[in-house]
Amino acid sequence: MLNLPVLRWGKPYESLEVDEVVHFSTGEPIAKVSQANGGIIQRDLRKAQAARDCLCRIPIRELIARVQQAADLYEHGTLPLGDGTQTPAEFVHQQSASTGLPEHMCRANMTKNSFVLRHMDQILDCLTRGLDLDILTRGYGQEGRGVLVSYQAQSPVLGAVLPSNSPGVHTLWLPAIPLQLGLVLKPGPQEPWTPFRMVAAFVAAGVPSEVFALYPGGPEAGAAVLSGVPRAMIFGGQPTVDQYRGNPRVQAHGPGFSKILLGDDVVDRWEDYVDVMAESVHINSGRGCINCSGIWASRHTQEIAQALAERLGPIDVLPPTDPAAGLAAFTVPGVAKAVWGMIEADLQTPGVTDMTGPYGPRLVEQPRCAYLRPMIVHSDSPEPEVTRREYMFPFATVVRCPQEQFLAKIGPTLVCTAITRNRSLIRQLTDAVHIDRLNIGPLPTTKLNWLQPHEGNIIDFLFRSRAYQAADEFLGEAP
Amino acid sequence: MNPADGVIADDLASRHLAAREQLDAHTVEMMGWHFHESTACPFWLEKKSTLKFDPLRDIRGFEDLKKFPLFEDDWLRGGPVRRWVPQALADKPTYVFETGGTTGIPKSRVVIDDFRIDYELFSDTLPDQYFPRGANWLMLGPSGPRRLRLAVEHLAQYRGGICFCIDLDPRWVIKLIKLGWMEHLNAYKKHCIDQAITILTAGHDIRCMFATPKLLEALALGLEERDTSIPAVGITGIFSGGTEFTPQWTRYAVEELLGGPPEVGGVYMTPTYGNTLMGLACSRPVTAAEKYKITYYAPQPRAVVEVVSFDDPLQVVDYGATGRVKLTTLTREFFVPGFLERDEGERERPYLTYPWDGISGVRPYHGVAAQTTVGVY
Repeated sequence: MLNLPVLRWGKPYESLEVDEVVHFSTGEPIAKVSQANGGIIQRDLRKAQAARDCLCRIPIRELIARVQQAADLYEHGTLPLGDGTQTPAEFVHQQSASTGLPEHMCRANMTKNSFVLRHMDQILDCLTRGLDLDILTRGYGQEGRGVLVSYQAQSPVLGAVLPSNSPGVHTLWLPAIPLQLGLVLKPGPQEPWTPFRMVAAFVAAGVPSEVFALYPGGPEAGAAVLSGVPRAMIFGGQPTVDQYRGNPRVQAHGPGFSKILLGDDVVDRWEDYVDVMAESVHINSGRGCINCSGIWASRHTQEIAQALAERLGPIDVLPPTDPAAGLAAFTVPGVAKAVWGMIEADLQTPGVTDMTGPYGPRLVEQPRCAYLRPMIVHSDSPEPEVTRREYMFPFATVVRCPQEQFLAKIGPTLVCTAITRNRSLIRQLTDAVHIDRLNIGPLPTTKLNWLQPHEGNIIDFLFRSRAYQAADEFLGEAP
Repeated sequence: MNPADGVIADDLASRHLAAREQLDAHTVEMMGWHFHESTACPFWLEKKSTLKFDPLRDIRGFEDLKKFPLFEDDWLRGGPVRRWVPQALADKPTYVFETGGTTGIPKSRVVIDDFRIDYELFSDTLPDQYFPRGANWLMLGPSGPRRLRLAVEHLAQYRGGICFCIDLDPRWVIKLIKLGWMEHLNAYKKHCIDQAITILTAGHDIRCMFATPKLLEALALGLEERDTSIPAVGITGIFSGGTEFTPQWTRYAVEELLGGPPEVGGVYMTPTYGNTLMGLACSRPVTAAEKYKITYYAPQPRAVVEVVSFDDPLQVVDYGATGRVKLTTLTREFFVPGFLERDEGERERPYLTYPWDGISGVRPYHGVAAQTTVGVY
């Protein structure tokens, strides 16, 4: 069993408070994780500027090269972790064991993270729209139009309060290091694996360890990170998103309510898009904010729901080591049952039909965990509450709604796949400010192009473009 | 076992026995006081008529207190408050202290001299080296209708000093937390710390203080922002308390806020556990060698802490086992025959200074922890 310490600017610190991470189905201990108290974090964060100063001494191009090296180490290397080491296979096994995610999905998330690391140069080039990256280091520079530009870092470090249930989100904080910002991470209680392994890979690739702080801990630790870091991300439910809405210091990531809209011009050929719809609902066990939770069309909705139910309804629980396993376990006691209770209540609404009912019980309870098998629900109007639901398993509502009401009724949508060639509808969707990522055509909601921003451009979150003027004789003379 | 250990064990056993006999005798004496027509308070006289036993006749020792139903703290909500004043003390100047009250009616406890007695007993446990006689104190805790403020002030006066206080309304703090107004919360905390720093840096020769863990931490950070520290402003003795006083927090405070253990940093910090109903339980010395383990002992025979089964509050758990905190208060001013506190912990063995059961690892009771706001100030 591994002992994972708190990491205080690269220095391991063994706390007297330790949390045990256990296997979700056997209860077997996998790791003991030191817990940071809030005061430690508050005090450490006073030294955050040292992390940025340290990284600014290394050119961004050099940091990108080290990050690319870290990609290989993360994906293939045996890395030091706490008081032991970890191979990639052990990482996959441990992450699956504590989160309930099937091993092949853990492996896929690992590949996704290393892909982002490996393509960091392109990603930064796209997110900065080709900016000379030395301008980020220096704070100002010439971009070629004869005008001085300036990008001012808004924080010496990026903080992140990370989730336990979705190992895919880690791609979002990876650009911090090549942008010369330190990292202050509060791992999810059941998923310390990615942050610890990623930091180990960075350090093995030559990124100085003193730019990393890892603070496993309770809610107090998360609050300390959010209050002490000028720019931080948090992952949580809708209440978390609501709490931080409008707070420029915090980027809150919550439910996505991602959707597929079938335009009237294509809906009569809905069978052509069943694969895209099924993949969007089911991939990664439906856990992501980019998984589709609503499919909207003006007609054929019963047939669409029926076809998806036939495709997804029979999917059953398999052991996490099975390459065919399609479902992740709910590892927190009582959660799956509570979710099922909410769904049962929604199903009482007139006009709402459970299309997966004929494929057997959805709630599968095991001694130490539970599963929810995929659910497709049909709603004959956009009014029932179920049309605004998103859950941490493959769950989607097929909603009958006139096309002209789509925009008014769909609500906030992280990823919208609009399958239509209707120029007017595309124009309206392009202008709709409650849609974040927009896919036109049969692209799964889960298919992300890493060269595009996600929930806001991280460059805009971390740097501020501002005026910067200099008298001619001083231009270029600044240290 | 070496011979010295044997002597200590014998000594502890005899002290434990003597303490038990004293507790039994004290219990009987308190029954004579709290249930006699001439001395008892109206509340217990009325209650006596509903009991299926006679406390004056049937309570022959501490164990017999199990015959009483558990004390319900809701009985303390609302008036008339005089029903709690023993008739034999009715002509004495009386204080009322409150707990709770963020919403609804707070619980009230009447006190005449108990807080003075409790804190004088506690004073005897403080090392003069770090809590010098005659030194002035800072009370960095709740103000208003709270026992703690007057008690700390009395402690300072009893030791020959003068106590400075700040304004701190914990009910407002709890409201801010429930509303999620974290900016207001932080501003209010800063307001409290600013008051403390103003006093500490105003030349009043303050050497000792009471502070809750949260406020002590905030004070240390506030002083660091001004390029000073708790030891540097002259503090040498700190008395603190609360369920947030965990071993890890204590280690962090000692190592990072106080400059090291007392012999290195020059600051001695002692945790305590208590409330308005019970009084003050003291801790064994907390050391790095014992991984900052904190074990509390109630001020027997005036108050008793038991660690009881979660399922059966009449059953004390085994040593080392986890259970819920059950308090019993046996003073002339107040009688509480077994109250289930909102905390849990592990039962600890007696030791020479306190030859009766103790409790370690005190934390919010898991059954109510989710609904309770702790350590707000």
